[in-house]
Amino acid sequence: MADALITFAAVLAGLAFLLAMYRFVRGPRTFDRVVAFDVMTIVSITGIVLGAVVEERVVYLDVALVYALMSFLGVIVVARYLERGL
Amino acid sequence: MAAVLDILGGLLLVAGTTFLLLGGLGLVRMPDVYNRIQAGTKATTLGTLLTLAGAACLHPDWAIKLLLIGLFLLFTNPLSSQVLAHAAHREHVATTPATEVDLLDEETGEEA
Amino acid sequence: MDAMPIGRMRSAGASFVLLMLFWVMLNGSLASDVLIVGAVASAAIALIYRDGLSIFTEARWTPAAIGATFGYIGYFLKELVKSNLHIAAVVLDPALPVHPGIVKVHTRLKSRMGRLLLANSITLTPGTLTVAIEDEWLYVHWVTMEAADQEEATRQIVAGFESYLEVMYG
Repeated sequence: MADALITFAAVLAGLAFLLAMYRFVRGPRTFDRVVAFDVMTIVSITGIVLGAVVEERVVYLDVALVYALMSFLGVIVVARYLERGL
Repeated sequence: MAAVLDILGGLLLVAGTTFLLLGGLGLVRMPDVYNRIQAGTKATTLGTLLTLAGAACLHPDWAIKLLLIGLFLLFTNPLSSQVLAHAAHREHVATTPATEVDLLDEETGEEA
Repeated sequence: MDAMPIGRMRSAGASFVLLMLFWVMLNGSLASDVLIVGAVASAAIALIYRDGLSIFTEARWTPAAIGATFGYIGYFLKELVKSNLHIAAVVLDPALPVHPGIVKVHTRLKSRMGRLLLANSITLTPGTLTVAIEDEWLYVHWVTMEAADQEEATRQIVAGFESYLEVMYG
C-alpha cells in the first residue's frame, strides 16, 4: 500500500516538474525562468527525498540539504545579477 | 502500528506532491511574474514540508535530518522569493493589466 | 584582542549555541570527535561573525516570548495551509480570478529579526508576497486584493503575526 502511494507521489512530483519546465522554456522574461528554475529545484529535493525512502539510504538526505542550500544561493545570486549586474 | 505509520507517511507524500503539482499549475496559469512567484513559493513550501513529514513517518529514525531540511526551506524559500520579486520590480518587469494599484511604483517610479 | 563588550559576548555565545545545534542535528551523533570538531568550528565562526550573526540572536527569552513562539508557530502553520488552499482555488478556477495589487503596510516591529520573520510570514500567508521593506513600511503584492487603504491592509495582512512577533522580538 505504502509503495503504491510512493509511486503515485513520484508521478505527481514528475508532473509538477514538467509544468515548471514548461514555464522555464516559455519564459517570457528571465525572471519567469528563474522562478521556474527555483520550483524545479525544490521539486527535485522532493524527488531526492522520495529516492532516499525507496532506496532506504539516509545519505541522500545530505544531498537534498546541500541542494536546498545551492538553490537558495543560486536564486539570490541570479536576482542580484539581474538587478544591477553583480 | 508500523503499518498505520506507513500508510500515513504514504498519504502525506501524496498530499505534499499534490501541492507541488498545484504550484506547477499556478506557475503555468498565472498571468505575471509576481503572481507566479506567489503560486510557486507557497505551494513548494507546504508541498515539501508535507513530503518531508511523510518521509519521517516512513523512516522515523531520519526525523531530525528531515526536520533540519524543513526548517531550512521554511527560512530560505520565502526569502529567495522576496529577493526575486524585489529585483523584478526594480527592473520594472510589468505587472499584469489586471493589477489594480501599485503603491511601490508610485513612490519609487521617478528615481529609476 | 580587545575585551569584548558584554552584549557582543552574549551574541557570540548565542551564535555558538545555534551553530553547534545545527552541526549536531546535521551529524545526528553525539560522538566525542563530532562534538570537538563542531565546537572548534562553531566557536571560530561565532567569534569572526559576532556582529553579522546577531540578527539570529535578538530573540527575547522571557516565558511570555517562549509562549508567543508556540502561538506563532501554530498560527503560522494554519495560515500556510489556508494560503495553499487559497492559491489552489484560484489556480483551479477556469476563470483565474486574480485582481492583484501592490499595497503599502506599516509594522510596529523594531528589530531586524522581527521584521524579517514578518516579511517571510507574509510571503507564506494567503495571497500575499513581500516585495520590499523600507524601515517600518512593507510593500506587499496581493493576488486577490481586498483593500488598497493602508490601515485596512495593515489590519488584514500584518496584525495577526505582529501580535506574536511583538512579544518575541519587539
